[in-house]
Amino acid sequence: MSKYTEDDLREELKTKEYEYGFYTDIESDTFPIGLNEDIVRAISKKKEEPEWMTEWRLDAFKIWKTMTEPDWSNVDYEKPDFQDISYYSAPNSKPKYNSLDEVDPELLDTFNRLGISLDEQKKLAGVAMDVVIDSVSVATTFKKTLAEKGIIFCSISEAIKEHPELVKKYIGTVVPKTDNFYAALNSAVFSDGSFCYIPKGVRCPMELSTYFRINQAGTGQFERTLVIADKGSYVSYLEGCTAPSRDENQLHAAIVELIALDDAEIKYSTVQNWFPGNSEGKGGVYNFVTKRGLCEKNSKISWTQVETGSAVTWKYPSCILKGDNSVGEFYSIAVTNNFQQADTGTKMIHLGKNTKSTIISKGISAGKSQNSYRGLVHVSSRAENARNFSQCDSLLMGNECGAHTFPYIEVKNKTAQIEHEATTSKIGEDQIFYCNQRGIDTEKAIALIVNGFSKEVLNKLPMEFAVEAQKLLEISLEGSVG
Amino acid sequence: MKLKDKLLSSFLAFENQVDIDSYVHDIRSEAIKNFEIKGFPSKKDEAWKYTSLNKILKEDYSVFAKDAEALDYKEVKKYFVHDIDSYKIVFVDGKYSSQLSETTHDGIDVCLMSSVLNKPKYHLIIENYFNKLASKEDSLASLNTAFSREGAFIHIPKNKMAQKPIQIVHFSTGNEAALMLQPRNLIIADEHSHVQIIERHQSLTTHPVLTNSVTEIFAGKRAFVDYYKVQNDKENASLIDNTYIKQKGDSNVSLHTFSFGGKLIRNNLNYYQHGEHIDSTLKGVTIIGDKQHVDHNTLVHHIEPNCESHQDYKGIFSDGATGVFNGKVIVEKEAQKTNAFQANNNLLISDKATINTKPQLEIFADDVRCTHGCTIGQLDESALFYMRSRGIPEKEARALLMYAFANNVLESVRIPELKKNINKLIANKLGVNIGFDL
Repeated sequence: MSKYTEDDLREELKTKEYEYGFYTDIESDTFPIGLNEDIVRAISKKKEEPEWMTEWRLDAFKIWKTMTEPDWSNVDYEKPDFQDISYYSAPNSKPKYNSLDEVDPELLDTFNRLGISLDEQKKLAGVAMDVVIDSVSVATTFKKTLAEKGIIFCSISEAIKEHPELVKKYIGTVVPKTDNFYAALNSAVFSDGSFCYIPKGVRCPMELSTYFRINQAGTGQFERTLVIADKGSYVSYLEGCTAPSRDENQLHAAIVELIALDDAEIKYSTVQNWFPGNSEGKGGVYNFVTKRGLCEKNSKISWTQVETGSAVTWKYPSCILKGDNSVGEFYSIAVTNNFQQADTGTKMIHLGKNTKSTIISKGISAGKSQNSYRGLVHVSSRAENARNFSQCDSLLMGNECGAHTFPYIEVKNKTAQIEHEATTSKIGEDQIFYCNQRGIDTEKAIALIVNGFSKEVLNKLPMEFAVEAQKLLEISLEGSVG
Repeated sequence: MKLKDKLLSSFLAFENQVDIDSYVHDIRSEAIKNFEIKGFPSKKDEAWKYTSLNKILKEDYSVFAKDAEALDYKEVKKYFVHDIDSYKIVFVDGKYSSQLSETTHDGIDVCLMSSVLNKPKYHLIIENYFNKLASKEDSLASLNTAFSREGAFIHIPKNKMAQKPIQIVHFSTGNEAALMLQPRNLIIADEHSHVQIIERHQSLTTHPVLTNSVTEIFAGKRAFVDYYKVQNDKENASLIDNTYIKQKGDSNVSLHTFSFGGKLIRNNLNYYQHGEHIDSTLKGVTIIGDKQHVDHNTLVHHIEPNCESHQDYKGIFSDGATGVFNGKVIVEKEAQKTNAFQANNNLLISDKATINTKPQLEIFADDVRCTHGCTIGQLDESALFYMRSRGIPEKEARALLMYAFANNVLESVRIPELKKNINKLIANKLGVNIGFDL
């Protein structure tokens, strides 16, 4: 390579097409478009849900009808028409498989092209996969090992049927139906998702993992995840997503609720690489997700996210530090390219004494994208000795993109110690020059710098996921990450 | 009657009182219309999320003040920086007090907004500058524009220097049970000029006062403007200060805000940089207690390349006080090589005090250096112990640490007498006598 400059990189980024954009042709069982009470009832019926769940959904639907779509975020998009979406879609061939041989070969091929080889991962990583294709789980592995420990890891519809007492007790306690427009919508129409319960004092022996994938044209994906870590338990949960190329905008409004009881620890990692739209900004997924965790005494919740996809990302994984001595963490890399927009960050609500939170957010914007960090650190008057450290760094590539920081800090207790710092910069010419001098070409140098920039967060990902994360970063910033 | 309705109905009476110059008349009518539509801002507005005006708007303010008795200079001397020679523009209950003032037309103009609005020879100035910067969207700025009649007018022509600082002081006498004031200032510093200004609002009794002030500052090429706002009013006085600054190439404008008193203070400070190599400085010290509320809302708009801005706000909050900082830096995509710095440090002294801060960056250019930092914390116990073990009483030790905390901002005050004055105010506020100047 003669000379590789930042301009070349930018050019390459612009022209780089979404590699994972393909579409699996599986016959799907899809509902007619539109949303009304009958649809909500029909979803509930389809899932063979008990009466209380149907009522719960209908209640949420009533609340949703009274709400209006929020528009305060720093993103600009065409509002979805909620009557033009099909609210349920499930792959047709749906018997539960015991071995991979039984799985639709076309599906397996999809996974292979995504780089997720089920059998390989089973052996190498020891990851139990609850693979979700368009809302219904089709393969669950390692269930036996988990069952021995008393760990429940299944789809949420299964949990509603088999563990109603747990679901009834916890669903909607962290993200209530009334929380926001999309949370209410999700509560009414959620199709499926994962449920996880770790019993008292159990340390989950493997990383739990689910892959979400939006597949059927025009279906919104409404996932609902509920993770409960009982007293003194530990779990690490991974979530990763890719979606096929499509011109229509697809809406994804999920809810993730985490509950860490006394002395428990939950580590929740996300790699998100949904279709970001093409280089003209056409198409792409709307990712409007409500993620929130509740920490009881001495517990810890840690969110790690790598956001490289979606046309519009609008989410704030949050921690409510209710119990004394609880800890909340948030590590995030958000990469935007072309016409992507991201408004993401976290909320740390300090309620208990001696609560601690850490926020590390790295934003990389290229092309014509807009990348915003929006965060809230709230210390209530009873939260003695609360401690927060926030750091938001932005890296800009080219002068057509934007980086924005909106940190809200509200403190009502004098013993609180809050630090917030943010920087915005570009890849320094001196840094590249330094590398060039030592025989590292510009492409590698940029890769090195971007890698170094995001390292703090990448390091927080579980080993098994770090590779995947690297891969996904590569797609977004091909040529810059080595 | 609600204040909004009162203001709207007073507007007609007001229009009859002032000489109707058709040019300004149109601006006023436009402005009152905007205010009528928008009304006072509420907590629903993002910019007013943490500051509610409800409480202070409940008072039954007189919009037009009766003529007050002349003030004796001896009685109000302490509110001036009196140990330096200075120009003075003094207003009592919103009306110009010629006896306390010292204005000039000798080379520079230090005079009254009313005469500029009325005299034909200033017509061009009004057309070129009046209401060119103040937001036409903001309802409070519009309200002020609608009622703009009096205030300070300062014009420093090209290559001139104001030989002494200019003090703008607004007194309210308590002649009215409750009074609303709307001063309007216009400051024009032409190319390569130099001016220093000190502004103060002071009520002499505890009657409620609400001041909604608008100041427009135009800094020409290579101009130097050094502005100080001293806010140490009585417990029932509230102030909404809207300042708009437009800078041209190579100019330097610095503005210090010292907020120690008053019931509610809202500072809307806006910088617009039209030119290269501009230096903008925004600094403030806030020390409040009781139920006081101080809100700093700043904006620095970097429009062209190679400019700098420095923001440094320190706050010390005790009792049930509330502090708000909302700093916004916008860097346009043409504004390459911008260097923007923003810091907001806060000390919380009591359990009931609250701090809400939102240091905000919006950046569209890639080759920039923008940093912001924000801290909230307490005095260092080990530093306190160190001093106490050396015989410094606790109260004084605390005060010393607070002084040190605020010193970054005080350091850059360029008028030594003013600095001394402010040190005294701080010592008073902290209730100690340290016995040396910083």
